[in-house]
Amino acid sequence: MPALLNVNGTTHSVDLPDDVPLLWVLRDELGLTGTKYGCGVAACGACTVQIDGEAVRSCQVALSDVWGGITTIEGLGTPAQMHALQTAWVKHQVAQCGYCQSGQIIQAAALLAANPAPSDTEIDEAMQGNLCRCGTYPRIRAAIHDAAKMIEG
Amino acid sequence: MTSLKKIARRSFLIGSAAIVGGVAFGVYKIRETPPNPLKPGTGQAVLNPYVLIDGNGVSIITPRAEMGQGVHTTLAALVAEELDIDMADITTRHGPPAQAYFNQAVLASALPFKEYAMSDFQHDLAGAIGQAGKLLSVQITGGSTSVVDAYEKMRHAGASAREALKLAAAARLGIAPDRLRTESGHVIAPDGTRISYVDLAPEAAQFDPPQVALRPRSAWKQLGRSVPRVDMVEKSTGTATFGIDIRVPGMKFAALRLNPYLGGAMRGFDAGAAKTMPGVEAVYDLGDGIAVVARNTWLAMQAADAVQVDWGPSPHPASMAAIDAALDRAFDAGANSTMRDDGDAETLPAGATEITAEYRLPYLAHATMEPMNATALYEDNSLTVWAGNQSPIVLQKKCAKIAGLSPDAVTVHTTLLGGGFGRRGEVDYAQYTTRLAVQMKGTPVQLTWSREQDMTHDFYRPGAVARFRGAVKDGKAVLLDGQIATQSTTVQAGGRMLGLPMGGPDKALVEGAFDQPYRIPNYRIRGYVADLDLPVGFWRSVGASYNGFLHDSFIDELAHAAGRDPLEFRLDMMRDEDPHSAATLEAVRDMSGWTGKTPDGVGRGVAYTWSFGTPVAEVIEVLDENGTIRIANAWIAADVGVALDPAIIQAQMESALIYGLSAAVHGQITFENGAAEQQNFPDYDALRLHNTPRIETRILQNKPHISGIGEPGTPPSKPALANALFDLTGKRARTLPLAGQFPLLT
Repeated sequence: MPALLNVNGTTHSVDLPDDVPLLWVLRDELGLTGTKYGCGVAACGACTVQIDGEAVRSCQVALSDVWGGITTIEGLGTPAQMHALQTAWVKHQVAQCGYCQSGQIIQAAALLAANPAPSDTEIDEAMQGNLCRCGTYPRIRAAIHDAAKMIEG
Repeated sequence: MTSLKKIARRSFLIGSAAIVGGVAFGVYKIRETPPNPLKPGTGQAVLNPYVLIDGNGVSIITPRAEMGQGVHTTLAALVAEELDIDMADITTRHGPPAQAYFNQAVLASALPFKEYAMSDFQHDLAGAIGQAGKLLSVQITGGSTSVVDAYEKMRHAGASAREALKLAAAARLGIAPDRLRTESGHVIAPDGTRISYVDLAPEAAQFDPPQVALRPRSAWKQLGRSVPRVDMVEKSTGTATFGIDIRVPGMKFAALRLNPYLGGAMRGFDAGAAKTMPGVEAVYDLGDGIAVVARNTWLAMQAADAVQVDWGPSPHPASMAAIDAALDRAFDAGANSTMRDDGDAETLPAGATEITAEYRLPYLAHATMEPMNATALYEDNSLTVWAGNQSPIVLQKKCAKIAGLSPDAVTVHTTLLGGGFGRRGEVDYAQYTTRLAVQMKGTPVQLTWSREQDMTHDFYRPGAVARFRGAVKDGKAVLLDGQIATQSTTVQAGGRMLGLPMGGPDKALVEGAFDQPYRIPNYRIRGYVADLDLPVGFWRSVGASYNGFLHDSFIDELAHAAGRDPLEFRLDMMRDEDPHSAATLEAVRDMSGWTGKTPDGVGRGVAYTWSFGTPVAEVIEVLDENGTIRIANAWIAADVGVALDPAIIQAQMESALIYGLSAAVHGQITFENGAAEQQNFPDYDALRLHNTPRIETRILQNKPHISGIGEPGTPPSKPALANALFDLTGKRARTLPLAGQFPLLT
């Protein structure tokens, strides 16, 4: 029986085996390629999306286990209307190769939703599952602090 | 130019080795201008190989792979500066494979000179030899050469396009071109009339582009300052297209499975069970592996794992002990090179204290965030390949051969690269996709490697062993005799990529060691080639990635043997040899408040490496926090000659440091029966946000020549950390990685 998925506010009907991970449904079935494949074992965070506001590794969530509305990087903001974190990412010129950044931003968005003014230690704890082989970490930290200030207004 | 002709006729230097047999050509041939590969479509005007203008605006061809280093932004800025157009008003694109985009600097960097000591004449000679790149079609992104190569030619492209646009406006307005000026994408007449470049382009394309002098640096408006990267918004919004994001109508998804026993054959396979799995459409034989085509990539990966394959054994040594023994045996054969031999390194100076040390470094994987992949469509007389890659002409030729086509029947679309670090200079991922695509005529297919396939089928940074002997007297080094044994990346990867037999002294064995600006009276560096053929390739900073650690660690050992402050010890030997390098050490000394003394619980290490034309000094501070050692702070100083974009340079220095520290702390690939034992990030981790130090970077511009930034920050990072750990614990790390030897925060 097809599964119904709510992604970025749009409902999709997907007819696939129950155990296909959400990551691949997003990328290969729905064409939402902003969410990336990095490791397939929840070790790098490139595939991070939010389900009901919680940051999860979409490579580990089977289609049949999706429990709520999904937000991907495409749903967080767009080039014309960026989320505060995306604005901060551009302001701090965070990305290098850019491949991990969707996951980084989605993870950071969950952090800020739960903790509007995180300390460095809290940022460390929230972000340590997200790998960046280019080493953009110093700017990620600065951008999260800056976005927190922007959101606080 | 006599010497150039002699070199050119006899042996053609590339990748630090001479091609055996030589290539005969005259200088006139390499002076020819390659044809412009851009063929204007309807409504498009091509002013030179770098500037394309159509109704949508101005596009700048930035023909080096954008793998995170910001190269599209800086190359475009070189053109935009002279063209008088704002960076916000241009788009960039990788462009096609074409000789017009040859990389002159990458060949020039192969000369076996100590770069810090090169005269202006040698710089000119290196540039002339680099012209040979045209003949080899070296359109390679690597060796930290992109900006060095583009520095003049892409500014000239902007200038000549600007002048052609002015000629077109002058003809249209009936006034002399020298009465016109240009600004923000417009030609402006004395009466204030503004004509946009888009409007003028078709007429401008009718003029031979004039060659004019470049503007002085003092007149720069966009270069020399940090401009917003052209790829930043798309990379922050998930809208950037990497190779893995290519979606072509009708495209199928596929997964790869290769023989884990590297170099082994595939004797046969049984896909019976795999073919019955959900979503599976077909299983194909790729020669030394299989591909499964399925409804999506994950279903394909599951089925690929389910195929029963009879793998042949690997020809490589069965154990790490055997690999280590082969590295050790390399010293028994004659040296491949002695690129430095000052004084008498055989004799221990009277009254000097001798010390010796042996170091051993592991093989390393590149581990780009985006696993290897490529997409291809094979049709009757054509092949189209989409791939993030660092060498499009090589890719085009290799894939053409597989498809039985001529290279000009192969269209290559270079996408953004989710990391390169040298891995995507190879083109194996495109070759496997092509082998699959030719069996699926008319259907586009994307072949994605699992992380496990990627990590176990890399072209690894080779392991290395070094034996150093030195002597100190009266607080100074009086002898340094270093021997380095490793696999020859040049011979293997150079031959694989260019299809040419390589031989002769291999600079990659010893770069980062023989070419360091220390004045030591008896100073010899020899390189040895190990009789091993494990797949190896260019890994960020290549030879300097091991020699930076080997050479600088021993310098640190000499400093301690001499009872000296390790920073002052280095400075004393460097000031007269290369003041620019000394300035980088002085900069990190001042930035870090270096005193040579650290309280209990704090360790500091300094390191210095010259690589890719750029001297870099780094200081690292480690803290003992209740028995766990944290890398807390790092200071970097680099002299790049001319800083085109400080924010990008800073980012690359931080990136290179973190990449090096990741390898120093975690990086190790081991082989059992020729199969890599590390499969995924849990076995091959890297620094993460919580254990990355705070970093302060200072960019110096004292050197007379511009130099690259992508790699030079990596080599000194590893010894700086090991030297800091020595300061903290008194324990000297002579092997990497460090995580098993010290209680580092991971």
